Amino acid sequence: MNEVLAGLYTGFGVALAPMNLLYVIVGCFSGTLIGALPGIGPINGVAILLPIAYSLGLPPESALILLAGIYYGAEYGGRISSILLNVPGDAGAVFTTLDGNPMAKNGEAGRALSLSAVASFVGGTFAVILMSLFGPMLASVAIHFNPSDYVALMVFAFTCLASLVGKNPVKTLLAALMGLMIASIGIDANTGVARFTFGVPDILAGIDFLVIVIGLFGMGELITLVEHQITGKLKVLPVGKSFVSLKDLAVVKWVVFRCSMLGFFIGVLPGTGASVASAVAYGTEKRIAGKSGENFGKGDIRGLAAPEAANNASAGGAMVPMLTLGIPGSGTTAILLGALLLFNITPGPLMFQQRPEIAWGLIASMYIGNLALLVINLPLVGFFARLLTIPQKYLTPLIAVLAFIGVYSVVSNPFDLYMIIGLGLFGWLLKKMGFSLAPVILGVVLGNLFEDNLRRALSISGGDWKVLVESSSSIIIYVLTVLILFVPPLYGRIKKSRMEKKTAE
Amino acid sequence: MKLMKLAATSLLCTSLMVGSAFAAAIEKPECIAPAKPGGGFDLTCRVAMLGLKDQLPSLMQVTFMPGGIGAVAINMFNSTRTDDPNAIVAFSSGSLLNIATGKYGQWTENDVRWLASAGADFGAVIVKGDSKFKTLDDLMNQLKTAENSVVIGAGGSVGSQDWMKAALLVKSVEKDPKKMRYVAYDGGGDAIAGLLGGSIEAYMGDVGEMASHLDGSMKILAVMSPERLPAPFDQFPTTKELGYDAEWTIMRGYYMGKNVSDEAYNAWVDAFKAAYATEEFATIQKEKGLMKLNMAGAEFDADVKKRVERMRGIAKEAGLIK
Repeated sequence: MNEVLAGLYTGFGVALAPMNLLYVIVGCFSGTLIGALPGIGPINGVAILLPIAYSLGLPPESALILLAGIYYGAEYGGRISSILLNVPGDAGAVFTTLDGNPMAKNGEAGRALSLSAVASFVGGTFAVILMSLFGPMLASVAIHFNPSDYVALMVFAFTCLASLVGKNPVKTLLAALMGLMIASIGIDANTGVARFTFGVPDILAGIDFLVIVIGLFGMGELITLVEHQITGKLKVLPVGKSFVSLKDLAVVKWVVFRCSMLGFFIGVLPGTGASVASAVAYGTEKRIAGKSGENFGKGDIRGLAAPEAANNASAGGAMVPMLTLGIPGSGTTAILLGALLLFNITPGPLMFQQRPEIAWGLIASMYIGNLALLVINLPLVGFFARLLTIPQKYLTPLIAVLAFIGVYSVVSNPFDLYMIIGLGLFGWLLKKMGFSLAPVILGVVLGNLFEDNLRRALSISGGDWKVLVESSSSIIIYVLTVLILFVPPLYGRIKKSRMEKKTAE
Repeated sequence: MKLMKLAATSLLCTSLMVGSAFAAAIEKPECIAPAKPGGGFDLTCRVAMLGLKDQLPSLMQVTFMPGGIGAVAINMFNSTRTDDPNAIVAFSSGSLLNIATGKYGQWTENDVRWLASAGADFGAVIVKGDSKFKTLDDLMNQLKTAENSVVIGAGGSVGSQDWMKAALLVKSVEKDPKKMRYVAYDGGGDAIAGLLGGSIEAYMGDVGEMASHLDGSMKILAVMSPERLPAPFDQFPTTKELGYDAEWTIMRGYYMGKNVSDEAYNAWVDAFKAAYATEEFATIQKEKGLMKLNMAGAEFDADVKKRVERMRGIAKEAGLIK
């Protein structure tokens, strides 16, 4: 404990140096803007700005603080276009659209933006606190999470998917199946065989997740907007001066707490990041809400707070294995790891002893960064919300252009731009036929992880299925799965019967 | 990407504009990394950009052309840019393996002009620091009893170079690679996590990536290079000296379109040869985690073709292709 305090003391000494403080704020601010652009998320934000940070000749701790600020800011900014435009700012922000956008459509854009900023702040801060207290310990637990445990985690996640089943279970299942099918495109890692590529070389490595998100969700939404415009169904969105209230915060406090925990732990695991964290958080919360969860997807504040807390917590969690073991927990931390190596710093347990100013300086800057983001974001809520007052005929093409630029800056392959258009049409058709797109995305996110880990587990055991239930972590997760499946409905029934008793009395 | 180019350009503006006699046929040099920024191909292009800056008329530009594990780039240089004198494309032995196993469709090693090498990395057999396998012999003796008695993992799919390293090792003791227990992870980071967490017992990695992991948590049992490597890797025995015929060189280099004129091709070859002779090029290689492997022109072309042929043989034996 003393060690942690001493470390934080050193760290704040570094992070509060005026220049470094400036870098945190500049990083967070530009990160928010980058994240708000559709298609450009933390991973490309950091990748694009890394060479600039390097060429500025900053000392390593300042450069890292700047980059981490961008990472955080982008994770924060992703929610803006999700809420306002129903176009996910990045892959981790898909689930923010589900309740965030309906709120904006009801004239509560300000409330949605400010609430999600608070949820993000709590999630992010929570993650940093857990990281500074238990970082090294957690990292060693996380690497013992073996492929069969991942399988258990995916089963848990799919169970939560069951809660997304709306009025039409068949359509939900079909949509999830489509997601799984999309996930299986590309070279199969376990046999080296190309699946469903039809001789097109561009998809040998599979379809980039970002392309799917921006295509299905983003372009699909834009086409819907254009359709409404043509048919004259387009409604002018009301922009009220709503803001998050203390009552709202009271409603979501446990949601945010649970999802911060969940998001942090999923983030710590190598191989799972913001998209899995927010998906699982959303599903779990809907499940826990039970009967009262019917409004999820129609603008429920819990449905907005859950994925936002989780995806920001997971951003912090992903830093843990990177800093303590030198193993990146996500794509973005892989780039940050590259940045460390570029400055001749070797991440790992030794870094905390050899270069405490960097390790702890980075951690301290995350505390400051989170606070800075909240302070930057809350006053800007009104400004962002006013984006909605831009007439649709200007806004729609603008978003389309931005999305194309965003995606191209990541994938640099013109083929993927055609792909976005194709997927957009597909997404629009699905919506027309009454499908919900969230299960498709969930299928894509979880499908790959589920298949890869199941096959890894089976190759480790030599084909023995017992391996799936051998470790204590997987058993715990299966128990949780059963609980989340049966407890909420049972609890609801008990509550109901009690109410009936009361009224009878 | 614009920003990236801009940054890269401004980074090097200072050392720009050193003309050269070699480069009459080259006007606007461009290196194509057939992947997203940040990976091995990006690194390969950076070696050329920094290493050749004194040999070319202007600073080389790096462009990214991802898609289908490099297939998109090779398609392009076989359809539209077959005679582009300004562009070189980065490749690695992984690309050669894709050619050997037919993943690039109709294109073979005879459809491009192999230009020069950037450097090399080598395979390594790695176990956890406290593993029961103290030496490579321990591991191999275990494999000799049964191919599936050791769980081997790596960051690539079946049929990738990572898998090939494991297959060669198993084959060196006359065992069947098809029967080994190979766990395919999504990249080296995940595989290292798997090794440290005890999911896999041996990790087929690269020497270069181990520089940051020599703190005792992991142990290199052997390196798959033809000879002992320079420090800090000189302490590790090679598979060859331990008596196992399992060598894997990860070669990084560049190719050009098939119809590029001899004049342009030779100008590039001369530029590379001149760069190889400089102290700076060696420093850049070292900074980028590459070992020295300097070859250009006809010699290189022959070497690459020989490698592809050899890979085709191994792939056939391992049952990857018929």
